[in-house]
Amino acid sequence: MNALTMPIVDGWTIAKRNTLKIRRSPDLLGAAVMFPIVFVLMFAYVFGSVIHVPGMSYREFLLPGIFVQAVLISAQTTGYTLTLDLQKGIFDRFRSLPMAPSAVLIGQTVSDLLMNLASLIVMAVMGLIVGWRVHTSPFEAVLGFGLLLLFAYAFSWVTATVALALRTPESFNNIATMVSFPLMFISNAYLDSSKLPTVLRVVAEWNPVSTFTKAARELFGNTSAALKTSDAWPLQHAIPVSLLWIAVMLIVFVPLATRLYKKAVSA
Amino acid sequence: MSDAITAEGLVKRYGEVTALDGLSFSVPEGTVLALLGPNGAGKTTTVRVLTTLLPPDGGRATVAGFDVAGQARRLRARIGLSGQYAAVDEHLTGAENLEMVGRLYHLGAKRSKARARELLERFDLTDAADRPVKGYSGGMRRRIDLAGALVADPPVLFLDEPSTGLDPRARAALWDTISEIVAAGSTLLLTTQYMEEADHLADQIMVVDHGRAIARGTADELKDQVGGNRIELTVTSAAELETARQMLAWFAVGTIRTVPESLQITVPVTDGPEALRQALGQLAEAGVRVRDAGLRRPTLDDVYLTLTGHQASGSDPQAQEATR
Repeated sequence: MNALTMPIVDGWTIAKRNTLKIRRSPDLLGAAVMFPIVFVLMFAYVFGSVIHVPGMSYREFLLPGIFVQAVLISAQTTGYTLTLDLQKGIFDRFRSLPMAPSAVLIGQTVSDLLMNLASLIVMAVMGLIVGWRVHTSPFEAVLGFGLLLLFAYAFSWVTATVALALRTPESFNNIATMVSFPLMFISNAYLDSSKLPTVLRVVAEWNPVSTFTKAARELFGNTSAALKTSDAWPLQHAIPVSLLWIAVMLIVFVPLATRLYKKAVSA
Repeated sequence: MSDAITAEGLVKRYGEVTALDGLSFSVPEGTVLALLGPNGAGKTTTVRVLTTLLPPDGGRATVAGFDVAGQARRLRARIGLSGQYAAVDEHLTGAENLEMVGRLYHLGAKRSKARARELLERFDLTDAADRPVKGYSGGMRRRIDLAGALVADPPVLFLDEPSTGLDPRARAALWDTISEIVAAGSTLLLTTQYMEEADHLADQIMVVDHGRAIARGTADELKDQVGGNRIELTVTSAAELETARQMLAWFAVGTIRTVPESLQITVPVTDGPEALRQALGQLAEAGVRVRDAGLRRPTLDDVYLTLTGHQASGSDPQAQEATR
């Protein structure tokens, strides 16, 4: 085994461990399966009965936003699980083994990606039940889910970085909630952001959550000609800008998380 | 015989605190060295440096012929570590935990599986093999963790306070297991706060305090170093304890220890039986009622106390105060 294959082989061993763990812990499984169901039903029926989007059903408008929200929340499992493991001795065991050190984070993010995939499938099925439809080609729909999963994977590394900097599950959860709620709500995920007051509108237009939501809407065909599109650059080019965000997150946070991991476990 | 572990002038600082202050020692192949000392003496730091978990700020060390700094990965393939806190995954079964460790030692799928079953049997965990570790007792967790350290059959083993938190029965069982492993030829570095544990398992004992080695030898050598015998008396009141302490100062060749709670006094003496006879006579004349009297060889606790001036495993601050 060489320096290139070892992180992959060991990462897969760790990913398998995490997958077994997820299967055995009802709280994580619940987060992956129950949250999406609740979200879809709650937003579709509560917001859906009040908010009207010109030219299309609110549920079709909403679902891509809910997908992005689910990814944003599920990716936090990475950070949360790392803080839990940091409290125990398991990282000492890993570090005393002749394995690739990077495998721990690779394995964690990969298993969380699998969980994210499961949660997206549950969500899409729920969406189809409440009336969401794909209006583009199957190829574009697959691209849509692919983009969401890439975002999920990249964002896992962001939450890993935050978790390894904070190190306790409590402080991680606090920060994660404080950051993710404004990110989700000051965006176009649940409503037409062009109707927001100027300051909030500008924030929403440049919020990556809006970019990903817009990109998903385009790829699934959940758009309407009657809906006013924003002139903001990230929303005009939602798909390439989404890819740019993913690239930036990976380039910045993979090395950062790796460095913080080394620091956190050798204290 | 060559050395399985060598450490030269290891230094580790945490801000203002010096955890290791130029620690040097070696462990010959196939022998057991116990690092003995209280919390904060630097025992765990030493293990973490030697197992490559922590880079030292100064000095150098080799394990199984590999340098901790430059040859970390090759070194790790030759060691097994079982830490203070059981490093197992609670949600995984015993078998899955050991298999995972085998895979990470790159033993391959088949060998990892076989090795896991072998170790589960050896550690008497076959019945619990397919249950998540979450439901294991403290003793079982320690065993599965220890089994994890043995997966690759490493020539050098590190056990950091292996019996902390175990009840006496589980501790005795663990000691038996460790003795078996050592009999098979592994080199072992063990840290402990318990004199009894070091006495039971180690060929050599190194007493550590404030990151420095303050004594090294076999248990008997260390006891001889402190010398003589101990008179141990139990009196009937606190006032008598004080009287006894003053009267017996004349016999003492070292620090007198008193434990007010149990009204006990321990006096190190040279000529044991004669000193005991005289002491009892004088105390009787002074009207001190002695409930219990005895003569004993020094324990490692006495060794520790004499060498460091403070008690090793004494968690009772009052008892510790009384020995000053």
